[in-house]
Amino acid sequence: MAVALDKLSPDLREQRLREVEAAVARHRDKPGALLAVLKEVQGILGYLPEEALKKVSQGLELPLSQVYGVATFYTLFNTRPRGQHIIRLCESAPCHVQGAREVLEALKRELGIGPGEDTPDGKWSLELVSCIGVCGVAPAIMIDDQVYGNLTPDCIPGILASYR
Amino acid sequence: MRFYRAHVLVCAGTNCSLKGNRAVREALIREIEGKGLGEEVKVIETGCFGLCEQGPTIVIYPEGVLYCRATVEDVPELVDSHLLKGRRVERLLYREPTRPVAVQTVPELDYFKKQVRVVLRNCGIIDPDSIEEYIGQGGYTALAKALAMKPEEVIAQVKASGLRGRGGAGFPTGLKWEFGRKAPGGVKYVVCNADEGEPGTFKDRLILEGDPHAVLEAMAIAGWAIGANYGYIYIRGEYQLSIQRLERAIEQARRLGLLGQNIFNSGFNFDVEVRIGAGAYVCGEETALFESLEGKRGEPRIKPPYPTDVGLFGKPTVINNVETLANIPPIITRGAEWFRTLGTEKCPGTKVFTLTGDIVNEGLIEVPMGITLREVVYEIGGGIPNGHKFKMAQTGGTSGGCLPEALLDVPMDYDQLAAAGSALGSGALLIMDDTHCIVDVARCFARFFLHESCGQCIPCREGTLQLYHLVDGITRGTGTRQDLELIERLSRTMYVAPLCPLGQTAPLPIMTTLKYFKDEYLAHVDSRVCPTGTCRALATGHAAD
Repeated sequence: MAVALDKLSPDLREQRLREVEAAVARHRDKPGALLAVLKEVQGILGYLPEEALKKVSQGLELPLSQVYGVATFYTLFNTRPRGQHIIRLCESAPCHVQGAREVLEALKRELGIGPGEDTPDGKWSLELVSCIGVCGVAPAIMIDDQVYGNLTPDCIPGILASYR
Repeated sequence: MRFYRAHVLVCAGTNCSLKGNRAVREALIREIEGKGLGEEVKVIETGCFGLCEQGPTIVIYPEGVLYCRATVEDVPELVDSHLLKGRRVERLLYREPTRPVAVQTVPELDYFKKQVRVVLRNCGIIDPDSIEEYIGQGGYTALAKALAMKPEEVIAQVKASGLRGRGGAGFPTGLKWEFGRKAPGGVKYVVCNADEGEPGTFKDRLILEGDPHAVLEAMAIAGWAIGANYGYIYIRGEYQLSIQRLERAIEQARRLGLLGQNIFNSGFNFDVEVRIGAGAYVCGEETALFESLEGKRGEPRIKPPYPTDVGLFGKPTVINNVETLANIPPIITRGAEWFRTLGTEKCPGTKVFTLTGDIVNEGLIEVPMGITLREVVYEIGGGIPNGHKFKMAQTGGTSGGCLPEALLDVPMDYDQLAAAGSALGSGALLIMDDTHCIVDVARCFARFFLHESCGQCIPCREGTLQLYHLVDGITRGTGTRQDLELIERLSRTMYVAPLCPLGQTAPLPIMTTLKYFKDEYLAHVDSRVCPTGTCRALATGHAAD
């Protein structure tokens, strides 16, 4: 699981925040760069804590309300630490009619959590998302950046095991 | 330049890459090298070929032999038999459901007979990472030709072609460019909308993966036409492969001077930047997309003013969909007259459709506008698998309508599908067989809009929530006839009251299921029976009359 910022050692915490400042500085002169900055910051910290959002707000000279508003609007951003791997299951119609419901049940069974939850060991998070554009191989899930298609409930244990 | 006696094309589209295309390609290269054929045979990764269900697909030229569902284990036989001994590997040839014998070569396929490839002209044929192959296919000649024309002449050509926006709205592209040209202001922008999020749609992804330069070339032409020197491609964050291929294509074009300063010595400067979204369906709406590009929440703006007057960063902006742009180079090189020979009078050209659901050939096709649903489903799509019956087709993705069997002969273009109460939209076609419950599917549509409403305007935010609860109740056995009336009343309000098309189209898929499959709804509310047995809270079986 992404470690919460206040749980890091003081040195590491300082170092991460300096990386955040550097990322902000790199984008400062680009118009409308907020999404790109938040994506980078999330890459550094694993999520978008309040302290990082304040740094972004100061660095880009944008109101904190706008930065927070953007961080909570888009589904790919998280303002709390999530599991080490995020599983996104498509629940849109093409996947739904090809058996996404059964795949979701297999995931719930294997992980012991429901959509929007994280496993207690911090390894997994489960999300329901809209179409990810691989409907030719429905039903599909994404684990981090990797897509898996043509799924049946039987595929799930093997896929999860490959991350152990 | 090297010459090879055979080219082995391996599809590297996202759908095939999920079926192990990379391992197959690597095994092919190893095997070919090992047999000493490295100097004679070239292996190329291409964009999507269309037959996603049959992936990974391999085509071997010069004969054009199509092999399907090839695995690493098949590779030694393929190389030994086909490439060394000249014998086709029968068991890997494609078998069309309509014919007893295996298909040998690409042109023989029924799947391709009704297709016309304008937008997909290079997909599955060239290496998308090679600008040289794009140029070899005539790429960037349209830009050269356009730069030798006056901007007004370019716009006149696009107007005369009758091209309409392929993102779903169907607005005349040439007219949009003319508005952009005439808008006062020194700084203008061209934006490519690659925020493809409509469920069932993956055409823009596969166009960008298969032929990224076509879009860059078209954006430069649009820039010349309207007087813009900068373009943005806004693409969703989930489309990693498209992003990589676009970034590489932009670098290559800059290196050859096809983007950047003084293109073709014309004095015209144009450059392109890729911007990546962060997950929001509503950002496909053009003004929400501008907000997102400006670093804000993707909440749609009130129109007017229209983007061609006040667009990105407050400047006049022409925003076109990926598929619209991919049509531009052939229109410039081959002319508006040629383009008008394809499709229907009011909707010239072709349309790329993505076939999903209960259909034999799931995948990507391109056909002339005006083709009927029946031709697509049965002649190209190969019909309904597993001996089931056709129940309905949803055209235009989740924001489109659902058509029953009686409407299979409706010609598909913007106007005729709208007249039938549906929409052409993005070209998504979701086919469902008779094992699916119409109310359960309607609930899935309602859930999508509830999830994706941006929350800015009340009719959409509250309307999508109420629609979901009403339909959900019917699937749980608590629905009544009054609920059906309420759905209709609410839908009438939602057709007009929301700020943007997301809310305005949210009731359409649900209303069309209610219109064409009312008996199935009535079985749920009157008899508490789900005829297909999908809704678990209800009894299974046929409703008593």
